[in-house]
Amino acid sequence: MAITLTESAARHVQNFLAKRGKGVGLRVGVRTSGCSGMSYKLEFADEVGDDDIQFTSDGVTVLIDPKSLAYVDGMVLDYTREGLNEGFKFKNPNVKNECGCGESFSV
Amino acid sequence: MALLQISEPGMSAAPHEHRLAVGIDLGTTNSLVATVRNGISVVLNDEQGRALLPSVVRYLADGSVQAGEAAQAMQSEDPTNTIVSAKRFMGRGLSDIGNASGLHYHFVDAPGMVQLRTVAGVKSPVEVSAEILRVLRARAEEALGGGLVGAVITVPAYFDDAQRQATKDAAKLAGLNVLRLLNEPTAAAIAYGLDNAAEGVYAVYDLGGGTFDISILKLSRGVFEVLATNGNSALGGDDFDHRIYCWLLEKNNLSALGAADTRLLLTRARAAKEELTEHDETRVTAILRSGETIDTVLARQDFHDMSQNLVEHTLQPVRRALRDAGLAVTDIKGVVMVGGATRMPQVQRAVAEFFRQTPLTNLDPDKVVALGAAIQANVLAGNRSADDWLLLDVIPLSLGIETMGGLTEKIIPRNSTIPTARAQEFTTFKDGQTAMSVHVVQGERELVADCRSLARFELRGIPPMVAGAARIRITFQVDADGLLDVSARETGSGVEAHITVKPSYGLSDTEITRMLQDSNQHAQDDMQARALREQQVEAEQLLEAVQNALAQDAALLNKDEEAHILACMDGLRAVLQTADHHAIKRSVTQLNDATVTFAQARMDKSVSRVLGGRKLTDLET
Repeated sequence: MAITLTESAARHVQNFLAKRGKGVGLRVGVRTSGCSGMSYKLEFADEVGDDDIQFTSDGVTVLIDPKSLAYVDGMVLDYTREGLNEGFKFKNPNVKNECGCGESFSV
Repeated sequence: MALLQISEPGMSAAPHEHRLAVGIDLGTTNSLVATVRNGISVVLNDEQGRALLPSVVRYLADGSVQAGEAAQAMQSEDPTNTIVSAKRFMGRGLSDIGNASGLHYHFVDAPGMVQLRTVAGVKSPVEVSAEILRVLRARAEEALGGGLVGAVITVPAYFDDAQRQATKDAAKLAGLNVLRLLNEPTAAAIAYGLDNAAEGVYAVYDLGGGTFDISILKLSRGVFEVLATNGNSALGGDDFDHRIYCWLLEKNNLSALGAADTRLLLTRARAAKEELTEHDETRVTAILRSGETIDTVLARQDFHDMSQNLVEHTLQPVRRALRDAGLAVTDIKGVVMVGGATRMPQVQRAVAEFFRQTPLTNLDPDKVVALGAAIQANVLAGNRSADDWLLLDVIPLSLGIETMGGLTEKIIPRNSTIPTARAQEFTTFKDGQTAMSVHVVQGERELVADCRSLARFELRGIPPMVAGAARIRITFQVDADGLLDVSARETGSGVEAHITVKPSYGLSDTEITRMLQDSNQHAQDDMQARALREQQVEAEQLLEAVQNALAQDAALLNKDEEAHILACMDGLRAVLQTADHHAIKRSVTQLNDATVTFAQARMDKSVSRVLGGRKLTDLET
């Protein structure tokens, strides 16, 4: 079981963490909300929780709670640019349906 | 799928509920938009990767509008329809704009704010600014992939109510929800994270393209207060370009050049200035219309020498600001540099020498204000919870009302932090007075005539009472954006009236400076003028009271007594209009003395009337 970051995503996360000046890594999660049932959570992590599962990808510590992991196992996190906009993109092999905007999904 | 950003712990937005907020630096020369992404404040660039949007708007005959670079390119070709520096006209009347004749616009003197006649019709500076904001809004929505919940827009610390209101109006016109107006120096301090720094006093030195501002900020318990501001609205980086330009003319024995050549040499001069930030010397080359070529080497030291007094000019307002704040150079804990012109090494050195410390320069001085505004916008939009902070700004000039005799009663003193609310009680001047005129003024002088009139309104329906019995509570409230609301309420009857002050037009910063200087220079005159007016008001009140008493109870006096009182009244009337407040005081005392027995007689009469027909024992039970 794992979550991986592309090289570009890892570089950006490290850069953001360095500029932010604190934080142990990146917290990824899933919560039940949104038009298609579930949505992603992407936050800075200031501490490691007791239940957290840790991965290291390209030097970045990724934290996830065990319940979320089931939905996002095998996922790749990428950082891309689309026109003026730029940000993180999840490539989740478990997803069956996405809402039009892609902000929520179902498995 | 949508692109995601990293949130602060526990602050992930629900789908479709991103609280996108931006900070906008609406500048005189250039404007920028910034936002907080992945926890970091960043400036948003356009498709060409440019961060700065020239604050230039061009109106075309077909009704279309250009803003930014496209408009700037047409500036010399279509000067009357291409509006630059609209910020200087925001909330200003025609009379506020110095050397309006030197500008090639067709000004229309409209009530409140000056307007500009263009080929597409008459435009107000608010509309011009709104065009710039519209471009930035579109850029932000495209870059963030969604609609904005709001924006924080920065304004100079010395902007008065009218100028702030005009800025808000421009944002509304551009479809932006203003979360707050933020003072530019405060935004710069936030960008440097000074809000998380140790408590202390900081100076913000802002040398832009055409303006210079110095602000002294105090940080205490996570709260910023602007202690003092000063500056020069006609000094900036452009003046340094002009020095090089003049030097080029002199060096090459050139005289009057055409518009195209002038523009060319100014552009070269600016490039040379920027080059000298990194290099010890630079070569200036140009081919003029006449075919004449210019090839001159400018050494950094020569540039420093020729611009020495410009740098020195910026330090005078700095000294004034420190004096205003009652502080010494050694009280300043840190110095923040803002504005592209602060890249010049001689400016940095002069500031370092003056403050005896190295100024903060590691953020891009062109972007620092927008970056700070974005951080504030992020907090106000609710994307950060833990370390929310409150920002306080100050009122540049005291706010008050006119009292009898044309005197100013200050209700909110200068440099009070906002938001604030203060109330004071006033009363009626005449018996049976049922209305009261409230005249709101701004300024430091004692006489209303020397202050700026902001608004007038009337409180009507006061129940008739004897003079001095009504209690009228006047409340001044200034919100976080610096906008004033005044209300008057008669506490007995509850009648109320209020006004939101959108002053007809604003005060210029030079006017603010002049008013402050005047108030210091005229302190002595003002004190005497106040003493005189107070004495006159007291005398008028006394005359009226005696007049009324005589009308009712003249019968209590014998002929001699009455003649003596009348003589004293005539004496007082005679000196009333003179400027001799001692003479007035003497006559007031005389009249008071003359009426002592009369007053006692009246008192006895009314007491006996009340007690008439009753025995002393009745009163004791």
